[in-house]
Amino acid sequence: MRLQGGLIDRSKTLRFTFDGKSYQGHPGDTLASALLANGVRLMGRSFKYHRPRGPLSAGSEEPNALVELRSGARQEPNTRATVVELFDGLEAASQNRWPSLAFDAMAVNDLLADFLTAGFYYKTFMWPRAFWEKLYEPAIRNAAGLGRLSMEADPDAYDKGFLHCDLLVVGGGAAGLAAALTAARAGASVILADEDHRLGGRLLAESDLLDDQPATTWIADVESEFASLPNLRIMRRTTVWGAFDHGVYGAVERVADHLPTPASAVRQTLWRITARRMILAAGATERHIPFANNDRPGIMLAGAMRAYANRWAASPADRVAVFTNNDDGHHSALDMKAKGVSVAAVIDARPDAKAFGDYRLIAGAHVTSSRGRLGLRSVQVTHDRGREWIDCGALGVAGGWNPNLQLASHQRGRPVWDDTLHAFLPGDLPAGMTVAGAAAGHGSTQAALASGTKAAVEALAALGMTALPATLPRAEDRASGLHPLWHVPGKGRAWVDFQNDVTVKDIRLAHKENMRPVEHLKRWTTLGMATDQGKTSNVTALAVMAELTGQSIAATGTTIFRPPYTPVSLSVLGGGDTGTHFRPRRLTPSHEWARAHGAVFVEVGQWMRAQYFVQPGETHWRQSVDREVLATRKGVGICDVTTLGKIDVQGADAGAFLDRLYANPMASLKVGMVRYGLMLREDGHAYDDGTCARLTEDHFVVTTTTAQAGPVYRHMEFARQCLWPELDVQLISTTDAWAQFSVAGPNARKLLERIVDGFDLSNAAFPFMACASLTVCGGLRARLFRISFSGELAYEIAVPARYGHALIARMIELGADLGVTPYGTEALGVLRIEKGHPAGNELNGQTTAQMLGMGQMVSAKKDAIGAVMSRREGLLAEPRVLVGLLPVNPADPVVAGSHLFTKDAEQRTETDEGWITSAAFSPHIGSAIGLGFLANGRARLGEVITAANPLQGQQIALRVVSAHFVDPEGERLRA
Amino acid sequence: MLIPHPLLGLRDAQEFTYLGDAALLNRPDGLTAPEAFNDYVYLRDNPAGVHRELWFHEQGDRSWLIVTRNTLTHDILGVELARDVALGAKGAK
Repeated sequence: MRLQGGLIDRSKTLRFTFDGKSYQGHPGDTLASALLANGVRLMGRSFKYHRPRGPLSAGSEEPNALVELRSGARQEPNTRATVVELFDGLEAASQNRWPSLAFDAMAVNDLLADFLTAGFYYKTFMWPRAFWEKLYEPAIRNAAGLGRLSMEADPDAYDKGFLHCDLLVVGGGAAGLAAALTAARAGASVILADEDHRLGGRLLAESDLLDDQPATTWIADVESEFASLPNLRIMRRTTVWGAFDHGVYGAVERVADHLPTPASAVRQTLWRITARRMILAAGATERHIPFANNDRPGIMLAGAMRAYANRWAASPADRVAVFTNNDDGHHSALDMKAKGVSVAAVIDARPDAKAFGDYRLIAGAHVTSSRGRLGLRSVQVTHDRGREWIDCGALGVAGGWNPNLQLASHQRGRPVWDDTLHAFLPGDLPAGMTVAGAAAGHGSTQAALASGTKAAVEALAALGMTALPATLPRAEDRASGLHPLWHVPGKGRAWVDFQNDVTVKDIRLAHKENMRPVEHLKRWTTLGMATDQGKTSNVTALAVMAELTGQSIAATGTTIFRPPYTPVSLSVLGGGDTGTHFRPRRLTPSHEWARAHGAVFVEVGQWMRAQYFVQPGETHWRQSVDREVLATRKGVGICDVTTLGKIDVQGADAGAFLDRLYANPMASLKVGMVRYGLMLREDGHAYDDGTCARLTEDHFVVTTTTAQAGPVYRHMEFARQCLWPELDVQLISTTDAWAQFSVAGPNARKLLERIVDGFDLSNAAFPFMACASLTVCGGLRARLFRISFSGELAYEIAVPARYGHALIARMIELGADLGVTPYGTEALGVLRIEKGHPAGNELNGQTTAQMLGMGQMVSAKKDAIGAVMSRREGLLAEPRVLVGLLPVNPADPVVAGSHLFTKDAEQRTETDEGWITSAAFSPHIGSAIGLGFLANGRARLGEVITAANPLQGQQIALRVVSAHFVDPEGERLRA
Repeated sequence: MLIPHPLLGLRDAQEFTYLGDAALLNRPDGLTAPEAFNDYVYLRDNPAGVHRELWFHEQGDRSWLIVTRNTLTHDILGVELARDVALGAKGAK
């Protein structure tokens, strides 16, 4: 029902639906407060027994009132109705029920409760083993989970951000406000974060005055001063959910969750806050007192009941009762009365309890049962005079308050039990953290304000800053007078953990079955798991266990906490790194040109490379690729090879440095020449290959494979800084600085002669493996390398990256009469396989120089990375070497990955003689061809072997040939 | 985690690439001590406690750092430029 007053804006009406039925609320309402105001107490079903449930709390600790929010792609399961800000047009649906919330067929589980006890899964689904995959797991998965996913992509935008501050204050209640005010006045950079949309924390839920004014007046004064302090950043709707090493905190700001259409802005932002000091002022969470049938809608925490009345002008019923073991419960009754709600009784477990006002007090009594199938109708009160039923639509339960110390525990700090407060307090704190207010056990408003101020003064002092304690308003300073009552003894089911349906009985059973340590108790009963992580149940459960074991609560101990404090969506953890933002695409300088000329692109690492260029009339990729290969071997082809890593190596010792990086000698390379280089890992296996070009005495340009550009650069910096820092050498990656094209084919020289500025390209002046700096196209600086990956007369030409597009366009234009053809990575692959050049498939990290036929390149005269280990006996004894493979029947395929066996040999691991690394259709040969590693391959040229491809049931007869299918003498590339 | 870079101050650990035991700096000479390579390549300490380890500031200034870190607490006890350490070791030889 709706009450008077409250912090809601009655001038505006918001319409919303719950399970398809329309209701009205006001700005300032949460979904739960608006439903209660509309007389709706039933909001969900419990996980295991499908018991009807209403909200237990008025905050983020809520275990019961979980709903599916919104519809379509934005449908979000397990949102807590208690923290969902109401907006116009909000759609919510209950979950974990079928066919409806009021009639749930799965509630049959409730009748099986004796069977579905603690450890049920562990005990029941043990045997027969064969049933697990087919029967048990599908059945459990079907029954498990609460809400449903939309199964559509999240349409909203998320972001990540970084913040730094002197002091992070977590929680904007009394303690947090006092701390932030004190620190910000002193000039420190302060961030104040609170999960609510409105500052004030628990002050907003109380009727107590500050300096004889409503708390909201003091809060407004503080906020107006905050607005004048540029060194303070207030982050509302922001949950600090994790405390990480070195003062790094994770926070989620719900930027647009409260808007009808969150698409207009970033929906949520993941903040990484680096704070020199942190004050945890996260408040406290009330605990309930388990009694039989204590889970009916309408039974809630007493502090939540008065929060609904004071802040949201909503009451779950017009007649309520309170069950308490402390004075605070009485204040809930007083507040309800003040709001015009009838208080049937205050049932106080303490025999010596006194009334604080005009209401019926039943002292020394327990609530022992309740009635009302879909909502509370009455409670049974038992005292030494007998037993009576009291009619009420809601019961507030006040069992004391547990400090919200989760963040203090994220670095494994173990909470410590306080026998005076009857609560766990933060133990060893993460470096830089202090705890203030109710989170530190300072429960009264006055104590919270004072402790917040003190914490800020101390935090700033630790940073060498002086803060003056803020003048604090007069505030209530009541003692709680709590006398612990952890559960009401009795036979019926008394819920401890509402979300996971864990009862006192289950804990008793766990005790009986020797699952007594708190960690075992948690896993055996599922206590404290799922979305609420036991915020309203953990301490009560282990107090019950302590009672059963006869140990103190301190000796029983508690489990510790991990991030996140409250659930964090995967979307915001992704922070917008989805789709192409997950892995940015790198485009080559000729990308736009290639796209305009029919290129189909392929991802190569992060790069998008032209795979082949489709010409009119071509309907199959093979047609395009075959044409490109033949045109290159006949005329001239151009391929963008910018993606190969390029590293500039300069310095007087550049040659000596490269000598140690490459297995083969580099210092001896003449200026103006290029040499193939093979890098080994220190364990002796092949790492990467490329070319080294010596442009001047102390300037080399080396290339890496596309895939290893980053790792090789890191490796070279390691060698430079960590192994040989005495060498005069500098490195920088220039991969993105230069556009580089391969120009290959018998007409390559003729084409390049048309663009170079008076440079002699004759074979005598610029022979195979020459390199030079020059200009092209009338003054454009360029680098030219006469190297060949295709086996043809070939060059690679590099120009500053921004001229790459223009250069390929110019070369294609000028080479029309020479048969110039752009080719992509497929043709590049065919050309190199035809020539027998190793690439990534052969340099896969498991192969050696010897296997690649390059064993003699590893110099014994110098020390180079990997040289020593490459000479290990085991590696030298490796018989497999790279060979070429041709199908005996030209129509047969050659499939990479096939394993090689002696013809007619039995095919077992022991008889395996190697594998096919690369395969392609060679238009030059007219059949498929392959490269592979074959045991003793060099001595077996001409032999027919078998390639086994059991995946496709193929046995192909292959002839072992030279890996050089094209121009084995190398005449073309030297032409 | 935050790593106090000797040149750049506190930097987020996300900017770094981790390699491992800083013993990798003590590479034997391939011509004079080939027998020492097996230990160098394959044997590493993996202590639960104080560890000297190599971090590469890949998303930053590309310095290799030697970070002395307690692997149990993530306390960082010292950070040096690997180059300075390597030069110091060479000078001592």
